[in-house]
Amino acid sequence: MRFAVVTGLVIAIVAVLLLRVWSLQVLSGEQYRALAEDNRIREIRLHPPRGEILDREGRVLVDNRSVVTLVLRPAELPKDPSARKRELVELADLLGLSYEEIRTRLRLDLPSQFGGEPIVLKEGLRRPLLFYLLEHQQRFPGVSVERAYVRRYRAGSLAAHVLGTVGEVSPGQLKGSRSGALEPGDVVGQSGVEQSYDRQLRGAAGELKVQVDALGRPKGELGNVPAGAGSNLRLSLDADLQATGEEALSETGKPSAFVAMNARTGAVLAMGSYPTFDLELYAKPRTPAEYRALAEDPDAPLLNRADQGGYPTGSSFKPLVATAALEEGLVAPDEIVYDGGSLTVGGVTFQNAGGAVNGSIDMRTALQVSSDVYFYRLGAEADAEGEHGDIQDWARSLGIGRQTGIDLPDEGAGLLPTPAWRDRLYRSEDNPYIDRPWTTGDNVNLSVGQGDLQVTPLQLATAYAAIANGGAVVTPHLGARIEGPGGRTVSRIRPPPRRRLPISDLTRGTVLEGMERAAMEPGGTSYPVFGGFPFAVAGKTGTAERGEGAEDQSWYGAIAPAGEPRIVVVATVEGGGFGVEAAAPVAARILERAFELEREAE
Amino acid sequence: MEAGPVTIPARRATLAEQLSLRYIDPWLLAASLGLIAFSVLALTSAGRNEVAGQPDDFASRQAAYAVVGIALMVAVWRLDYTRLRDLRVSLYTTAIGLVLLALLFGATVRGADRWIELPFFSFQPSELAKLLLCLSVAGFAFELVRKRSRLGDTAVLLGLGLVPAGLVLLQPDLGTALVLIVGTLAVLFVAGVPWQHFAAIAAAAAVIGGAILTLGPAVGIDGIHDYQEDRLTAFLNPSEDPSGTSYQVRQSMIAVGSGESTGRGDESTQTELLFLPERHTDFIFAAIGERFGFAGAAMMTTLFALLLWRALRVMRLAHSFYGTLTAAGILAMLAFQLLVNVGMNVGIMPVTGIPLPLISYGGSSVLGSFLALGILQGIHVQAERRARRPSAYTPLPALPTSAGPSRSPR
Repeated sequence: MRFAVVTGLVIAIVAVLLLRVWSLQVLSGEQYRALAEDNRIREIRLHPPRGEILDREGRVLVDNRSVVTLVLRPAELPKDPSARKRELVELADLLGLSYEEIRTRLRLDLPSQFGGEPIVLKEGLRRPLLFYLLEHQQRFPGVSVERAYVRRYRAGSLAAHVLGTVGEVSPGQLKGSRSGALEPGDVVGQSGVEQSYDRQLRGAAGELKVQVDALGRPKGELGNVPAGAGSNLRLSLDADLQATGEEALSETGKPSAFVAMNARTGAVLAMGSYPTFDLELYAKPRTPAEYRALAEDPDAPLLNRADQGGYPTGSSFKPLVATAALEEGLVAPDEIVYDGGSLTVGGVTFQNAGGAVNGSIDMRTALQVSSDVYFYRLGAEADAEGEHGDIQDWARSLGIGRQTGIDLPDEGAGLLPTPAWRDRLYRSEDNPYIDRPWTTGDNVNLSVGQGDLQVTPLQLATAYAAIANGGAVVTPHLGARIEGPGGRTVSRIRPPPRRRLPISDLTRGTVLEGMERAAMEPGGTSYPVFGGFPFAVAGKTGTAERGEGAEDQSWYGAIAPAGEPRIVVVATVEGGGFGVEAAAPVAARILERAFELEREAE
Repeated sequence: MEAGPVTIPARRATLAEQLSLRYIDPWLLAASLGLIAFSVLALTSAGRNEVAGQPDDFASRQAAYAVVGIALMVAVWRLDYTRLRDLRVSLYTTAIGLVLLALLFGATVRGADRWIELPFFSFQPSELAKLLLCLSVAGFAFELVRKRSRLGDTAVLLGLGLVPAGLVLLQPDLGTALVLIVGTLAVLFVAGVPWQHFAAIAAAAAVIGGAILTLGPAVGIDGIHDYQEDRLTAFLNPSEDPSGTSYQVRQSMIAVGSGESTGRGDESTQTELLFLPERHTDFIFAAIGERFGFAGAAMMTTLFALLLWRALRVMRLAHSFYGTLTAAGILAMLAFQLLVNVGMNVGIMPVTGIPLPLISYGGSSVLGSFLALGILQGIHVQAERRARRPSAYTPLPALPTSAGPSRSPR
C-alpha cells in the first residue's frame, strides 16, 4: 500500500515535469525562441546627417556639426535600485550635474523612458571625460558615448522663421508618419522649411544589428543597413536680400514683417518677421523654462508674421477693389467721380482720412491720392449678399481669406468678411459695435481695407502679383529644388499658379498706372519715399485702424518695375502709423537692394 | 615423483566477482552513468564564455568528479550496508557535525555558508549529510517503529530530521533543509508510521509556519530571509518584474522554451551570452533544454525516471527492512530534488537553489549522489546474493546432505 503511494508520487513527478517541458518547448517554443532573439539582438538606429539648406546662390544657411554625446539608455541601467543610484550619482559627479538633475531628466522623458528610448544627457563632451568614460565602460552600463549630428546655423538666426527648427519627433508626429519611417528619438523638422521639406532633408535611417550578451556587451555584428544621407534643399531665398529686409524690420523696433516675391513665379526671394529668435537655442537640449519664455513672450517671436499674422490692410486693399470694380463694370477707368470729403451711406457718414477733399477724380487719381470716398462709393454700389459680392468674390479669387499654399507649415488664412460670415456670428443686439448684422456700411469699410478684414503680408503680395502679371494667382514657394550629393538636382520645385483670373489689360494698366502715380508723382501717397527712385515703382500705402487705443497698422505693397513687373514687396509694421512713414521705407530698402543685386548679377 | 598432499589451488575471484557485478542492478547503473555523461556533455557547451575567476573547464572537472564518484559507488556497493545500522549514532553525529562545521567555518558564497574550502575544491558538507541522515534515521526508525507506533516516537524521529534541517536553514540553505525533511518523512512513511501521526505533523507544520510568517515580522525576527521570500513568491508570476529572482526564472524559461523540439545547438544564445544565470549548477537543466531541445530534455528526464523506477524496485527487493527504509529516504530525496530543480527551471517551482543530482556541476553533489547510488546498489547486491543462494543463510535442517552450491559464501 505505501509502496503504491510512493510509486504514484514518483510517476506523478515525472509526468508533471515532462508535460511542462513539452508545453514550453513544443507548444510555445516559437514564442520563446522569439523572446530569446529579442534578448540577444540589439538594433541600433543609425541617423544620417540631415540635408543642408542653401540659399538661391548656393550659400549654406544650415548644415550639421557632429558632436560627441553622452547617451543614457534607461532600459540598460542596473535593475537593482541601489546599484542604479550609485551609477547615476557617479555619472552626475563626472558631468558636473546633480543627481537630482539626472533624475529629473529621466522623469521628464517619462514616455521615452517607458519605451526604453535613449536620452541625450550631455552634448559636447570634453576629451578627458570622454576617455575616462570609454576606459571605464564596464562601470557604467546603459551609458554610451555616441556621435550625433546637430544643426549648425551658418548665417546665425537669419531667416529663422523660414528655416525653422528641428527637434525630437513628438508622439503625434509618430502616429501620423508612415509605419516604420519614424521612430521615437528621431529628429524631425518642427517648423519652417525644416518641417515642410522634412522627408527630403531627413534621409533614411539605417540600422545596425548587434548581438549582445546579458551585460549588454556587443558580441558581433549581425547586420548593417547603412543610413542614407538627406537631400539638400536649395531655396529661392536670397540671403543678401533677406539680411537687408531683416535689418530694415529691426530698425523699426516694432513687430513687423515683409515678403519679397517674384511676381511671375511666386518664388519667395526674402521673407522676414520681427522680433525673431535664436535658432541655436533649438540645436541644444533646452530647459522647459527657456522654451516657455520663447513661447509665452508677448511679442510672439516664434510667430512668422509674414504668413501667419493677419491684419486689416487699410488702403493697400484698394488695388484689389479697383480690379474688381473695373472688371465688374461698376466704374469705367476714366469715369469721373466727385470726392467731396465724405459719403453718407445708410445714415452713417464715412470721411476721407485726414479730412481731405479730392474733388472730381478718375480711378488713377483715386489710387494716386488714395481717395476713400471714391472707394466708399464702389463699396456701397457693390453690395454683397450671402457669401458673395463683387469685392469679396474678386478678393477671394486673388487669394484673400484662404491659404496661399506656400511651402511652410501652419500658414494663416486671414479673414474676408462676408454677409454670411457676419450673420453667422450675429447673436444679439446687446453690443452693436461687435455683434450686429451685416450692413452696407461693412462693405464700405471693406472697400478701403478697414473693419473685420484680416490679410497676411504673403496674401497681399500674392494678390498684387496677380494684378501685376495679368491674372496668374501664383503659389508662393521658398523651395527651389532638391539637390543630391554634389549639387546634382533631384527635383525642381515649381508649383503651378492656383488659378488664372481674367484681368483685362485695360484693368491691369489702369490699376498699375494709379499705383505708379501714387509712388512716383507729386501728390502720390508714397511720393515722399519713392519720388527720387532710379526705377519706377507701383505702390500703395495702407493705414489700418486697429481699434481704440491701438496705433494704426502700417502697410506698403509695391510692384516693380512698374512698366515690366518682376518683383512684389509687401511690408507691414504693427503700430507703425501711416503707411508712408513706417512700412514704405522698409519696402523701399528691400526694392533698392533687390535691384542692386539684379544689376550685380548682370 | 613423490606424492604429496594434494593442494587444490584456491580459485581466484575474477574482477567481476570482486566487484559483485553479477548482483548489481544494471539498469540502475546504466541510468546513473547515462545521467553523468549527459552532465559532462552539457557542461562541455555551457562552459564557454566564462566569467573570469571561475574554472575554465567545467566539463573536465565534472568528469574527474564522476570518476572518483563511480569508484566510491563501487566501493560502497561491495560493503554490507546492513552493518551501517549499528553505526547509526555515529553516522547521525557525523551528519550534525558536518552541518555545524559548514555553519561555523564555511566560506560565504552569495550570502550563504554552504561551503568548506579544501585544498582541491570547496566541499559542501550538506551534500554528504543528506545520505548520512537517510542511513541513520532509517536505523532509528527500524528500531522504534518496529516495536510500537507511538506518537512520541514519531516525534523523536521527526526531530532527528528537523535538527540538521534547522542547522542547514541557518546557513541559510532552504533547499537542502527541505530535502532533509522530505527524506526523513519518506523514511517515516515507508516505516509505517500511522496516518494519524502524519496528520498531526501536517497540523503542527501549518501552525508553526503560520506563526513564523505572521508573528515573526511583528516581533522583529525574520523567520526566513527576504531573498528567500522573494524567491518563493516570485515564481508565481515570473513575467511581472524583470529583475532579480523572477528575472532568472524568466531567462530560464526562455532558454528551455527556445530549445523547441530539437534544440539550438551552438546557437544557444540564452546560455552562451550569459542570459541564463547559474547555467552550470542550478539552471543546467535549462541549458540542456536550450541546446538539445525537447529531445534532450525528455531523454534526461526519462533517464531520471528509469533511475527512480529502479530505486523503487531496490526498495521493494531489499532483504532487510533497514534496506527498504534507507532506499526510501534516498529515493525520496532524489525525486524531490528532481521535482524542485527541474520545476524551478521550467517556472513551476520556487527558486530554492537545489542542484540537480548527477547533472549539476559540483564535486560535493556528484560524490554525494554516487555514494547514495552505491548504497542503493549495495542493497540490491545483498538482496540478490540472498535471493540466489537462500541456503547459505537458511540451511534446511532436515536434510543431511548439502544441496547448495559448493562454494562457501565467504
